[in-house]
Amino acid sequence: MQILTIILQIAILLVIVLLHVAYATYFERKIIGHMQVRMGPMLVGYHGLLQPIADGIKSFFKEDVIPAQADKPLFLFAPVICLVTMLTSLAVIPFAKGWVLADINIGLLFIFAMSSLASYGVILAGWASNSKYTFLGGLRSMAQVISYEIPLGLSLVGVMMLSGSLNLTTIVTSQGNSFSSMYLFPQIIGFFVFFIAMLAETNRVPFDLPEAETELVSGYITEYSGMRYALFFMAEYIGMMVMASIGTICFLGGWNGPFEIPFFPPFWFILKVYGFIFFFIWIRATLPRYRYDQLMELGWKLLIPLALLNILLTGLFKILVH
Amino acid sequence: MVNQLLFLYCAVVIIGTGLVAVRAKNPVYSVLSVMVLFFHMAGLYLLLNAEFLAAIQIIVYAGAILVLYLFVLFLVSLRQEVKIERFIASHGVSTVVSVCLGACLLAIIPSFKLGAKGQYPVERIEQLTHTKAMGLELYSNFILPFEIAGLILLIAVIGGLVLARNEKEVNE
Repeated sequence: MQILTIILQIAILLVIVLLHVAYATYFERKIIGHMQVRMGPMLVGYHGLLQPIADGIKSFFKEDVIPAQADKPLFLFAPVICLVTMLTSLAVIPFAKGWVLADINIGLLFIFAMSSLASYGVILAGWASNSKYTFLGGLRSMAQVISYEIPLGLSLVGVMMLSGSLNLTTIVTSQGNSFSSMYLFPQIIGFFVFFIAMLAETNRVPFDLPEAETELVSGYITEYSGMRYALFFMAEYIGMMVMASIGTICFLGGWNGPFEIPFFPPFWFILKVYGFIFFFIWIRATLPRYRYDQLMELGWKLLIPLALLNILLTGLFKILVH
Repeated sequence: MVNQLLFLYCAVVIIGTGLVAVRAKNPVYSVLSVMVLFFHMAGLYLLLNAEFLAAIQIIVYAGAILVLYLFVLFLVSLRQEVKIERFIASHGVSTVVSVCLGACLLAIIPSFKLGAKGQYPVERIEQLTHTKAMGLELYSNFILPFEIAGLILLIAVIGGLVLARNEKEVNE
């Protein structure tokens, strides 16, 4: 019986998240459209509201082309790795008090583990397609993920030190209920590092070198078509949501808000996550892409030292206070 | 019962993927089977209530070190590698040696005995959380080995830096 309820909960979460993903693409196209003085999708349904559903049906019925020289098992499996790892990290995210599938002690580390595994999907997709563009995309993604995982992890060490826990629910509750007690203020350096590393970890503009259209056609997904392409797309958006959730939980006080919303406790959480996603999209519409050496320099020479400094300052502060 | 079944599953998969890693012709498949192996090792750690170790196992080994292995593999020409029939000629000798080694290991198993229980039984770790228990031990009783390990890693980092530097100056 207990297993059945858990499966039901997982199914509900999956359906809701996938619907959110579908409409996040709509959200993105609309916002970028308006920022570039266009209308965005308008034709399918009222103001293009049915566009994501049309896109979904389209990619579902498209032919799944596999290149003749590709490494077939890995080519077929790579998008699945990407999507599964991203979906797995949803299990530990607390959407509101008690609204979490698996309230484990190492929630934060679990998410790091899953996000580092997602890079395998990208790397293997790049290699298995057996094409120069995809291969270069895969190599770039590999180097980028390894370099930016370090500042991403280090930037959250300050949060771990302040809350004394790796459990995401405890991190939220230890931030208290008021605006000024959010970890955003004592951890402002950590937040800065986290935000940049988050953009790089999700392969978003200005760090979307693995799929740089102008140089690599579409990077590691060049050879993919139909539903497998859509799987990569979904994985990218779920990755954005997971990273936005981590930012919300660790720096913005999670589900706490100015007042309680009856019947729907995750309201503030979802609002904050969408705030983050709006920033992602805003940055995509505004900034040009980084050059590869600039990307590496930023990661290793600025973000990692800043994150280490943040850990040092947090530690000193903790010693002085106690 | 469930724990024992899980242990059996993890153990069988570890041995199986280990064999695949050694025997696969395509090195990329070897690396991937090692990744699956690391996953099941993490599973074994979880069965022992060592959740922190399990997470670190995946983050560090599967997430970083194996990715570096793949990086190196991609720089090698795999097309030729796959065609090679055998890497070493003396296949028969190595089979005999490894079978003997395996027999020795199996013969040792009966003399394995559980040690006395230490300061950290499962209940205490569950109460403290594994991360905290390990941190407390590591930074108090085991501070010297920890520092030595840190020093060795630092030497490796400096060595890497020196090597990279020299090469650059030669190119210029």
